[in-house]
Amino acid sequence: MQQFHQTFFEESFEGLDIMENELLNLDVGNADSEVINTIFRSAHSIKGGSGTFGFTAVAEFTHVAETLLDEMRDGIRQVTQESVDVLLKSVDVMRAMLTALSEGGEMDADNIASVQMELEQLLGTEGTAAASANTESDNNSNENADGWLISFRPHVEMLRTGNDPVRMMYALAELGEIETKADISELPSFADLDPEDSFIGWEITLKGDIKIEDVKEVFDWVEDECDLDIQPLSAPSETTISDTPPVVAESSAAAAVTPSPAAPAKASTAKKNTESASIRVGIDKVDEIINLVGELVITQAMLGQVGGEICNDDGHSSTQMEKLLEGLAQLERNTREIQESVMRIRMLPISFVFSRVPRLVHDLSGKLNKKVNLVTLGEGTELDKTVMEKIGDPMVHLVRNALDHGIETPEQRVASGKEETGTLTLNAYHKGGNIVIELSDDGAGINKERVLNKARKNGLVGENENLSDDAINDLIFHPGLSTAETLSDVSGRGVGMDVVRKNIKSLGGSVRVDSVEGEGATFTIQLPLTLAILDGQLVKVANETFVVPLVSIIESIQVKSANLSGIAGKAELYKLRDEYIPIIRAHSVFGMNDSTESLEDRLMVVVEGDGKKAGIIVDDLLAQQQVVIKSLETNYQRVDGLSGATILGDGTVALILDISGVIDMFKTLNTPPVNPDGEGSNIAEQAA
Amino acid sequence: MSTTATELNSVINSELDSDADQFLTFVLGAEEYGVDILRVQEIKGWDSVTPIPNTPEYIKGVINLRGTIVPIVDLRQRFSMPEVEYGPITVVIVLKIECADRDRIMGIVVDGVSDVYDVPPDEMKEAPDFGNVVDTEFVQGLATVDEKMIIILDIDHLLSGNEIAATDSLAV
Repeated sequence: MQQFHQTFFEESFEGLDIMENELLNLDVGNADSEVINTIFRSAHSIKGGSGTFGFTAVAEFTHVAETLLDEMRDGIRQVTQESVDVLLKSVDVMRAMLTALSEGGEMDADNIASVQMELEQLLGTEGTAAASANTESDNNSNENADGWLISFRPHVEMLRTGNDPVRMMYALAELGEIETKADISELPSFADLDPEDSFIGWEITLKGDIKIEDVKEVFDWVEDECDLDIQPLSAPSETTISDTPPVVAESSAAAAVTPSPAAPAKASTAKKNTESASIRVGIDKVDEIINLVGELVITQAMLGQVGGEICNDDGHSSTQMEKLLEGLAQLERNTREIQESVMRIRMLPISFVFSRVPRLVHDLSGKLNKKVNLVTLGEGTELDKTVMEKIGDPMVHLVRNALDHGIETPEQRVASGKEETGTLTLNAYHKGGNIVIELSDDGAGINKERVLNKARKNGLVGENENLSDDAINDLIFHPGLSTAETLSDVSGRGVGMDVVRKNIKSLGGSVRVDSVEGEGATFTIQLPLTLAILDGQLVKVANETFVVPLVSIIESIQVKSANLSGIAGKAELYKLRDEYIPIIRAHSVFGMNDSTESLEDRLMVVVEGDGKKAGIIVDDLLAQQQVVIKSLETNYQRVDGLSGATILGDGTVALILDISGVIDMFKTLNTPPVNPDGEGSNIAEQAA
Repeated sequence: MSTTATELNSVINSELDSDADQFLTFVLGAEEYGVDILRVQEIKGWDSVTPIPNTPEYIKGVINLRGTIVPIVDLRQRFSMPEVEYGPITVVIVLKIECADRDRIMGIVVDGVSDVYDVPPDEMKEAPDFGNVVDTEFVQGLATVDEKMIIILDIDHLLSGNEIAATDSLAV
């Protein structure tokens, strides 16, 4: 039973997400019946599911919301802003109830009761006003004509989908008295006839006291594959039907839009389609495959290495040897393809994150009395599930920030000659091995003067220090700096932006802000597509192999003594074209013995971490390769300067450098003993 | 003392079904230590490790155990005993430990594995307080088997649990 619970919860949460999104899409006053239907269906299946699993509280609550939706769907209730807000609240309540059930927490009974009360109030007040309409609609949806005139014309390809018109006739015959007239006007000559195509149409007269739902049910499966027209047989009942929204379909296209009876049928077919297109698999199973493929890659690399050695050692390459090498090359291609495909399993479109934003914008703009138009682009851009889960909160914070601090109130906007409604744009796209998420608003931008004053007041920036515009903008990521003039519950406690940066950094990404005062600000988040694999440069330090992430490498050069300079005789700097970068001796940072003291002609990898550049001295540059990242924390603990480990082709473990970590370690290692009078901080600035 | 790893693995398997608590013992110099046999994952010969920079001396490094990165602790160094050169019977006992709410895999380097003993719970004595001379944090109790004293280890603290707990909470 437990595993069904899990599926139920997952599906219900998805249903709630759909409800929420569609509610936000609803055009108040001019609601699209299909949208209402979608919302209703989600609510309906949550109610059904919770009833089945015995979560009566959820079922009862959902029932009330469903009733409201039902009335909207039947057109007897107008879609008002008020009702949408209450329904949004009920979505929250349902979500909270389901979360409580799935995670074993307490339900907030007061809140549930109060929202339920609001729902019932809505139902009560307008329900009576619409009473007459109500009865009328009841009549209609259950209208039983004397019979139905069905015009059924299958599309040519209907038979191929396994639907047999004869079976449908039988089904109709079970409902009542049936008379059929075949229309064979489109039947081609015998020579041109393809037995798998269908050419015949039927006019069916079905007599008896039959509900239209029952008739439609027969055609559920072929709705999209035929032209279907169902008309009541007798004239009098037709007049009743015509005053109401289209209960009876005019054509198959209209049948799809018809609100009440056709909708469940449509839903079931749509569901069938998605079921065949995707399966629900536990993430642990996928991870297991990813791990195994990682092993496979390692084994393959090992075989390749050994194969190459054997062929070299023997000197004479027999045909068998050639075959071996060929096979190994083939194996390498295949493993790489498997690895890529497996990685793609974990990739999900970023719309999962973006879909949280509309609700947030809706709620916040209401709370802050601002008008905001949300534009999302690139929702289909895919990224790893793990990265996605962790980027949600920082994104939410940035959106809050943009709405609270960025976009001005309508009055302010009009005063500064802008449109009343501000625009918040979310954009995602791939760039190299990274995903870039941009969040831009056309608000006030960052008030540099205020940021700088605040930073001076807090002692973050010295009185006489002059900072570049970028550096000032960057200050907003500093802990303890919030420029909101009044604290609000939306943002402005001065924690947040630094947490945003910290979280993004912990994912191996970066965030920066570009702002033009008065015109708006753009936050750009750059993240690796996956946390499982990285392109690395293998380097040798002492006798150990380390992996330097390729993304942080700018270039690798040979040290020329002419470009070396020192500070206080100790701290070493290297003149790289027009800038000075600190030299980090990997040996000393990692406490290893360096055979040579001189830097002349040594290899230096120029890296950038956190926007700071540095040159790391290594003993040798080895191959570049993709490595599978393994956590050191699984069995041990986090180690400064390392972001993890990987297994090389020969089965040995190599450690992966965390470049920003190494730079930080270098600073703490060098600053106190080398430059007691604070010259170490100069180096840091040079690096910045 | 000179039992090979393979023989011992089979001993472990054959003796697993008896009732009393079973302990795998190993030697460090002249002393014999025991660990709960259910925590022992496997015994392997000493092989080279990848050292982790800036970690305590007793963390020899990490190895690749069929795709998992496993830290290796030198037990002599952990107990501040004189170091010895690793030889052909130097073995690594791979253990499952519970530390900071999570199962972890860890290897310990010992001079050699010795035997498997049944120790009924009531025969286990509490270790006396040695004051500052010996750190008894890792000692779960003392047992006597065949006139010999066996020091039963509490392995969950070997990997310096405090450090891990601290870094884990930072990471959140």
